[in-house]
Amino acid sequence: MHSAIIVGLAFLPVTPSLMVSLSNHAQKQCKIVTYKDCMELNPPYVRSMFGKHGTERNISLVKRPEELLRSTPAGLYSPAGDFYIDPIRPVERALITHGHSDHARSGHRKVMATQQTLDIMALRYGADFAGETQAAELGQTTGLNGVTISFHPAGHVLGSAQIAVEKDGMRIVASGDYKRASDPTCLGFEPIACNVFITEATFALPVFRHPDSRDEMAKLLKSVEQFPERSHLVGAYALGKAQRVIRLLRDAGYDQTIYIHGALAKLCDYYETQGIKLGPLAPATLEKDSAPDFAGTIVVGPPSAFQDRWARRFPDPVSCFASGWMRIRQRARQGGVELPIILSDHCDWDELTQTITELDPEQVWVTHGREEALVRWCDLNGYSARPLHLVGYEDEGD
Amino acid sequence: MEEFAALLDRLVLTPSRNGKLTLLSDYFRDTPDPDRGLALAAITGDLNIANVKPAMLRTLIAERMDEQLFAYSYDYVGDLAETISLVWSSDEPLRSNSVPTLGDVVTALERASRSDAVRMVEKWLDQLDASARYALLKLVTGGMRIGVSARLAKQALAQFGQVDVTEIEELWHGLTPPYQPLFAWLEKSAEKPESLSAAPFRPVMLSTPLEEPDYSRINAGEYVAEWKWDGIRVQLTSERGQRRIYSRTGDDISHAFPDIADYMTFEGTLDGELLVARSGDNEMEIGAFGDLQQRLNRKTVSARQLESHPAFVRLYDLLVDGGDDIRTLPFIERRTRLEAFAKQLEPTRFDLSPLIAYDHFDDLVELRKTPPHPIIEGLMLKQRSSTYVPGRPKGPWFKWKRDPFIIDAVLVYAQRGHGKRSSYYSDYTFAVWTGPETEPHLVPVGKAYFGFTDEELKQLDAFVRNNTTERFGPVRSVRAEPQHGLVLEVAFEGLNRSKRHKSGVAMRFPRISRLRWDKPPIEADRLETLEAMLRDDQPLV
Repeated sequence: MHSAIIVGLAFLPVTPSLMVSLSNHAQKQCKIVTYKDCMELNPPYVRSMFGKHGTERNISLVKRPEELLRSTPAGLYSPAGDFYIDPIRPVERALITHGHSDHARSGHRKVMATQQTLDIMALRYGADFAGETQAAELGQTTGLNGVTISFHPAGHVLGSAQIAVEKDGMRIVASGDYKRASDPTCLGFEPIACNVFITEATFALPVFRHPDSRDEMAKLLKSVEQFPERSHLVGAYALGKAQRVIRLLRDAGYDQTIYIHGALAKLCDYYETQGIKLGPLAPATLEKDSAPDFAGTIVVGPPSAFQDRWARRFPDPVSCFASGWMRIRQRARQGGVELPIILSDHCDWDELTQTITELDPEQVWVTHGREEALVRWCDLNGYSARPLHLVGYEDEGD
Repeated sequence: MEEFAALLDRLVLTPSRNGKLTLLSDYFRDTPDPDRGLALAAITGDLNIANVKPAMLRTLIAERMDEQLFAYSYDYVGDLAETISLVWSSDEPLRSNSVPTLGDVVTALERASRSDAVRMVEKWLDQLDASARYALLKLVTGGMRIGVSARLAKQALAQFGQVDVTEIEELWHGLTPPYQPLFAWLEKSAEKPESLSAAPFRPVMLSTPLEEPDYSRINAGEYVAEWKWDGIRVQLTSERGQRRIYSRTGDDISHAFPDIADYMTFEGTLDGELLVARSGDNEMEIGAFGDLQQRLNRKTVSARQLESHPAFVRLYDLLVDGGDDIRTLPFIERRTRLEAFAKQLEPTRFDLSPLIAYDHFDDLVELRKTPPHPIIEGLMLKQRSSTYVPGRPKGPWFKWKRDPFIIDAVLVYAQRGHGKRSSYYSDYTFAVWTGPETEPHLVPVGKAYFGFTDEELKQLDAFVRNNTTERFGPVRSVRAEPQHGLVLEVAFEGLNRSKRHKSGVAMRFPRISRLRWDKPPIEADRLETLEAMLRDDQPLV
């Protein structure tokens, strides 16, 4: 016997009373029935389970959303359109939301993404990262095996996009990673009305509230002033975060040369070509004939580099880490971070809940991160939600 | 409140002592009275305000948010004050003119009952940002735990006012929060406050290690010899009915040793070593350092401990005799006065550290090798003419410690260091062999993170990186096989039995004294060697 009956777009847990009522109507197998069928049988129960969306409008959608998108071992797959979104294994056709390595992998035969994401993938994996590429224009629709596809800004990093897929009046938006806070290095998130909204949950706990990025930069600059004999090593992911930190420092009036780890060089150059001015940068390398002196400077590099031998060239460094995780002191302490900079490219709790409220979708699918808390919030606020168990994404990345 | 919160945030995460000193002295410079003084008192534990219990805070938050969501959050963060500070949200937008200062908070809490305090805390939580909420909750639940000792805070004051820390220690116990006269003096806008209270701390005189070039200075006509006892150095002072027991850094530890304080019936100031006895069947015996640890760092002491581990003080010196400050007299005259002074004292609580007769330096060499009691750390050599001066002048007093114990052990785990050493594997766990000779295995016996040079650190780090077998977060386990691995020569001051360690022993003050690249691991020491170093009658620690 199955534990749920699928009604229109929502899942209805089976209780004995509903089952008895249904037994002369439907079989004991899981079956698609309409909302109307259930309402005739046990209205109070159905109303209580469906919350605010327990209305007739669900009935117009005869198809299950799982026929449009579903979770598979290789990633989010569309049976109707025969394509994947951000697959973790090489596939025939992939749509990519953004250039972070856990979402954008090499080796697919056909890849569709924004031009910037395609450029970033080529920088990281080489020009032959896919058999064929197709650039998606933001806001333009494309047909793919009868499914309509469109890309919309996600506000996560340069080139990042949400992907909307639509068929027979049902639209699902896969947001990839996104944020609502302002970011001078990428286009802002654009809300797209949909029936099902797939949201990330990296920071889906009420403890995560990202402060104003200007205050965080002020904190860093104050420390640079306070410890002029030391260098400040800022750990920041090579794509997006690093450039955002540099750009925010410029906006805060810091015009000195910023030293960067080799892993950032190509991406910083690329950002410049896209019109994002990063100011004077120089490689944080040692000249053979001159004594190294990084005292009083800011050095930006990937977080992993600071635990490596690379970090030894700096005089008594202050280790800083720019990440949403830095909101939790213990996380900072465990990582040996002296100066936490709370700066995230993901939504905080308030942004997540505001986005769901604003979009008002019939269903919310929650993926990578702390799904249970966001599902709980949806339950409390009358949204039908469930965790979407996708594997292979870093729920710790930021 | 915001400045105080920012200070706490930085202090918690700053591992280096110098970094903490800079943060604190900058804070003292930039923050007005009375906030800076109250912050100082909060850090040194001298603030006396109403406490709020964690259960009351849980009730507060349960009124505001879904319990399930709070439970998820608390699970993730792990610290109640921090979780509440992060999840708290207020309906009213923050108005900057309504943000309370540290002074507002402390003044209100000084007068508040516990139940009033909870309501005040709730109001303030609405007015403060997350970081300040955390500081507030730490303040009202007591126990800052920010890795700053009272001693370090005083050091920061000294750095801020460019005075010697002993001057601050001397004044400290006569001062009360928010310490305005102290700050005024440190900023050179007022005279040094007079120490008005009875029984102030008098900065102690310390010794320097005796090294080979100075051996020729030591002769019986110039220096007297004494045993160096391995307890804790204390200053006992009793004036006008006020009795205090100070540690050598000026912390008042009287509350932990009522068995001494009760017998401080004298008028004056004594310098000595606090030791504990162990009551045997019919006589008292001096306990090991492990016994003393039973009595340290306790807020209160139980009747049972007073009986099983009674404290006494072995006297070294007399600083104030009645109302007479004799620190400027030569040591040998103070000693004569001390011997007379000690006669009036309760003999089960106080005794004299005896002077050791010797003719030649060679006699001292012998004495140092064979001390008559295991809790002797070595010899003290004091110039007969030395006056009692604060600090560590070189020459008047020498300490000549016993040679450390040495064993050869095998490196088994290495952990990444902090701060300057965060890119190095610099904390080493070492092990010795145990089990049958034919099939020995390694058992960890200690951990050390100093004793090596910078050059040796690089070699150790390279060895760890090239011989890693497993990783656990910041820890790596390294190859340690009979014929492959690294032998470390480890020096340590003493050995205690330990129930906490698998090996059953715990080392005092272990450090790496040499890297034995030449030695195959199988030739390192066995656990039996360590066990033989333990005194058979030592208690379990």
